[in-house]
Amino acid sequence: MEQLLTQIAIFVIAAFLGWELISRVPNMLHTPLMSATNAIHGIVLVGAIIVIATASDAFTLTIGFIAVVFGAMNVVGGFWVTNRMLGMFRPPKPRVMKRKG
Amino acid sequence: MQAATFLAYLVAAALFITGIRRLRTPETARSGNTLAAFGMIIALVATFLVTDVATPLSWPLIGGGILIGAVIGAVSAQRVPMTGMPQMVAAFNGVGGGCIALVALSEFYQGRAETWVAALTGLLTVIIGSLSFSGSVIAFSKLQELAFSGSVVFPLQQVVNALIFLSILVLSANVLAGGAIAQALGLPFLDPLISVYAIFVASLVLGVLFVIPIGGADMPIVISLLNAFTGLAAAASGFVLENYALLIGGTIVGASGTILTRNMSSALGRPLSKIIFQGIAAAGGGDEDQEEKEVNEASAEEVGSYLKDEAQKVVIVPGYGLAVAQAQGPMYELMELLESEGKEVKFGIHPVAGRMPGHMNVLLTEAGVPYDKLYDMEDINPEFEETDAVIIVGANDVVNPAAKDEEKDTAISGMPILEVENAKKVIFVKRSLSPGFAGVDNPLFYDQDKTMMYFTDAKQGLQDIAEALRNE
Repeated sequence: MEQLLTQIAIFVIAAFLGWELISRVPNMLHTPLMSATNAIHGIVLVGAIIVIATASDAFTLTIGFIAVVFGAMNVVGGFWVTNRMLGMFRPPKPRVMKRKG
Repeated sequence: MQAATFLAYLVAAALFITGIRRLRTPETARSGNTLAAFGMIIALVATFLVTDVATPLSWPLIGGGILIGAVIGAVSAQRVPMTGMPQMVAAFNGVGGGCIALVALSEFYQGRAETWVAALTGLLTVIIGSLSFSGSVIAFSKLQELAFSGSVVFPLQQVVNALIFLSILVLSANVLAGGAIAQALGLPFLDPLISVYAIFVASLVLGVLFVIPIGGADMPIVISLLNAFTGLAAAASGFVLENYALLIGGTIVGASGTILTRNMSSALGRPLSKIIFQGIAAAGGGDEDQEEKEVNEASAEEVGSYLKDEAQKVVIVPGYGLAVAQAQGPMYELMELLESEGKEVKFGIHPVAGRMPGHMNVLLTEAGVPYDKLYDMEDINPEFEETDAVIIVGANDVVNPAAKDEEKDTAISGMPILEVENAKKVIFVKRSLSPGFAGVDNPLFYDQDKTMMYFTDAKQGLQDIAEALRNE
């Protein structure tokens, strides 16, 4: 029970924190934000690894294997594509005064 | 050892938070992503270090699985064109959801979901995870135009959805009651485990039915919503696995998806429920006055000479038609050309200009537009009054003043728009007079003093305007 209460407390605090964090991300960066958070929930890969580790029957090993492949795709692909996108955001050009004629 | 992994997961969670925090500005965003990825590596290494495997087969399976997944993920992430970003995100979101659902499924199979808390959160994880998986697969296939493109509806759709949802609820209650409900109903074969399998399958079907009626322009909503779902599923699985990194990471992702969903539905001016439960609003309905109305048709040369001689401040409004025509490059060239003439150029971007939140910004950035020229709707709207020319390429609904007309009830009523009508001159670069996706006629087309209509393909048109400017 105590464990559950702690978890609920963390959940609630994380929800507020998440709300604050995300509200400050500008529209311009919403696509990278989405793919980065996408990669972050890929942390469930940890769970998939534990499934394989604790399993000894073929059924669970198969499920675990598929889950690990999915999870790894999610993590690696997510961070990779976000990095690629953010690499394209070019800083403003230095303001050079242009004179006509 | 227990304490060490706990701390490692905590560090990972802290790095995720710092990473997202750095996504506030384009200068720091890339390092934020790297930090989050680093957090992920710490969590994974900590897991490897404490894991005792049950069979010798486990390590090769884990290593092989990660390798295969990583290669597929990296190769597709490297190859995907920026226009394909929505389906890429949908795909990664889907496999994430699938992974979460499978992990929870195996918790039930291995008999580890013993307490009611574990069973309840486990069920939530299975339901939301598999719904997100199949929904994302359909969204991917729609965006990639493989199948189900457009809005697919069939009779009694809502009733079927409701029945499936109800059966998921009953089956879940059965699992929590240890199979007692099925016993009472005379269905003894429905033991808790079989019920979990049935829930898994039913949620997959529900995910499909949930996404197929939603059409192209509403895709930003679907993508955001599925993202929120997967985040929540991950948070729920954090409860099941008693893993704080999962709990914190999942919750933050859930919050992010929720905020983006809310943004998107207010940018479309329609409540979320309407988008999900009514499919796409009935297009058309514009047959009230079909008489031919005069427009001020202009050529590339006329547009070019206006821009050259009379426009000092120019705002470009790109729509998804720009990306469809692959005209980002020519648009960038036009921008450079105007700037070299000493003119001020900005881009006004509507939140739903692309196929996912922020998509148009990424497409323009890819073409070379520096990010300080990209303006959100709220920031650019006050500037239109002092703007000499607005060039609208491949967009209509997002600049249609009819959205503000309270007397008419159209598909875009209530949608916040870019107020281009306040500018001195409005130049549409458009294939024809046909109204946009929502099928609502734009009164601006017929304002012959203010509007120039240049009928052409977006890419060719921008190139021709640039050419005309050079020859002036």
